Amino acid sequence: MISKLQNLEKLINSELSIKVLNSVISNEELLIEIKDNDLVEVIQFLKSNENCKFKQLIDIAGVDYPENEKRFELIYLFLSHENNTRIKLLTKFEIDQTINSITKIFPSANWMEREVFDMYGIKFKNHPDLRRILTDYGFKGHPLRKDFPLTGFNEVRYSEKDKKVIYEPVKLEQNYRNFDFESPWEGTNYIKEIKNSDKNDKKN
Amino acid sequence: MTKKTKSLSLNFGPQHPAAHGVLRLILELDGEVVEKADPHIGLLHRGTEKLIEQKTYTQALPYFDRLDYVAPMNQEHAFALAAEKLLKVEVPIRAKYIRVIFCEIGRILSHILNVTTQALDVGALTPSLWGFEERETLMTFYERASGSRLHANYFRTGGVHKDIPLKLVEDIEKFCKSFPKIIDDLEGLLTDNRIFKQRNVEIGIVSKQEALDHSFSGVMLRGSGIPWDLRKSQPYEIYKDLDFKIPVGKNGDCYDRYLCRIEEMRESVKIIQQCIERLPKGPVKSIDNKISPPNRDEIKQSMEALIHHFKLFTEGYRVPKGDVYTAVEAPKGEFGVYLISDGSNKPYRCKIRAPGFSHLQAMDYLIRGHMLADVPAVLGSLDIVFGEVDR
Repeated sequence: MISKLQNLEKLINSELSIKVLNSVISNEELLIEIKDNDLVEVIQFLKSNENCKFKQLIDIAGVDYPENEKRFELIYLFLSHENNTRIKLLTKFEIDQTINSITKIFPSANWMEREVFDMYGIKFKNHPDLRRILTDYGFKGHPLRKDFPLTGFNEVRYSEKDKKVIYEPVKLEQNYRNFDFESPWEGTNYIKEIKNSDKNDKKN
Repeated sequence: MTKKTKSLSLNFGPQHPAAHGVLRLILELDGEVVEKADPHIGLLHRGTEKLIEQKTYTQALPYFDRLDYVAPMNQEHAFALAAEKLLKVEVPIRAKYIRVIFCEIGRILSHILNVTTQALDVGALTPSLWGFEERETLMTFYERASGSRLHANYFRTGGVHKDIPLKLVEDIEKFCKSFPKIIDDLEGLLTDNRIFKQRNVEIGIVSKQEALDHSFSGVMLRGSGIPWDLRKSQPYEIYKDLDFKIPVGKNGDCYDRYLCRIEEMRESVKIIQQCIERLPKGPVKSIDNKISPPNRDEIKQSMEALIHHFKLFTEGYRVPKGDVYTAVEAPKGEFGVYLISDGSNKPYRCKIRAPGFSHLQAMDYLIRGHMLADVPAVLGSLDIVFGEVDR
């Protein structure tokens, strides 16, 4: 299994050479990092190459790292039935970048890209129908971004007076409490903060 | 003078008995022929992925029951496998057997529901009455193992929560003996039924290429003649050692998919029987107390056990940095979890790959050119459950 992935890694590195920024095998899974501009070409290659034959797109996952300069990551998961292998394709990019849609290569990417757009606000170029998919009609914001609060902004209820469902700002009896249970021996956040501030004081 | 025709747009759902939940399907009709279908989903969206990011690994598990709520434990399985792969935990052999038994029970639960409601959608009432009685029996098995009929929360990272009683094993064995007769009865009602065949044969045909392009998995793929089952091709747990067959369809229509599901139920019964025959003795969860909690009586005796217990239920366990994708063959297809850990006690990101999402996406292309009355038949054979589509 591992040797199969290593061969595949070699093949992809030699065939695509400069397009591959990084490739790792960890947990028996192959991850290839590429530039966002090369996405369509690389996927076309993975689909059509005789030794790859990644004929099925499994999923597209967005990830948000607010502290990074390249804030968003997209991870494309592919499966090859013929070779019985999986591959992960990673691309990193900044917040206002648009990514090329792969709906031409894989029709099933349509909803997956719509979901990423809905959840992260990542825009796709040449997508036939880029609408929100999972959230409510007229929803604002992108819920899976790390800066979106868990409780959201609006709540709905049926209003007897207006005889319809109405939207109101969220009112909670008690705010959402996020307890920090991380082991104090290994340093919880508040201890780390104190330590850091101490260091800074000493420097000053 | 030519007659002008105007296409009619029709709202199918969100509250429609044949929509299998809350699907809003906007159909463009030319007379009775469907020209376009635009499914609007998300009416059952609960933000599972966002919620999981705020919970420890133990607390995240119950969310998986609520995805595909007709086969809860199969979903838990995918998450447990993902966490185990990152933690590199060994699962005791008895736990593996118990997991497989309950996953196959889940498969039967799901397939009974699907086959009988599909029959209900095309006009046969009796199968659902017969089938649901068996589902009730199976759900009592769930209850006796985990304490609840539906939201089991039974699997744990490194095993299962509790061992199953001997009497339960005997009862499951009894069920395995009586159940094939019920499948025969269901088949007697449906397989050669003229009306059922008229409604399903050559409806919603999927070719091999289209099945691949549209990311189909599970029965949707096998119904079109692609022999692919993760239990065989990428075996997890003990599926490697078990003897079972993978039914494959020929024409890729609704009827073939129905036949595949019926055969899969028979195979599942065989798998359960083999597991019960071989069920070994031993622990049912990892003995590493950094991951699975110690026994009650140990807590009363040992200080260390008490500390472990306390830490596990407040902080939880930390999972090493990394990302994994694990998939299981859930009744509806490939159910996958893509888990990213940042080394803390909570998942950084947990992407859930639900098979129903891709299947429903293909609705537009499956139904084009069919009659309005075929919509419930095609929808039924896709095996949609909104818990997992909307997440």
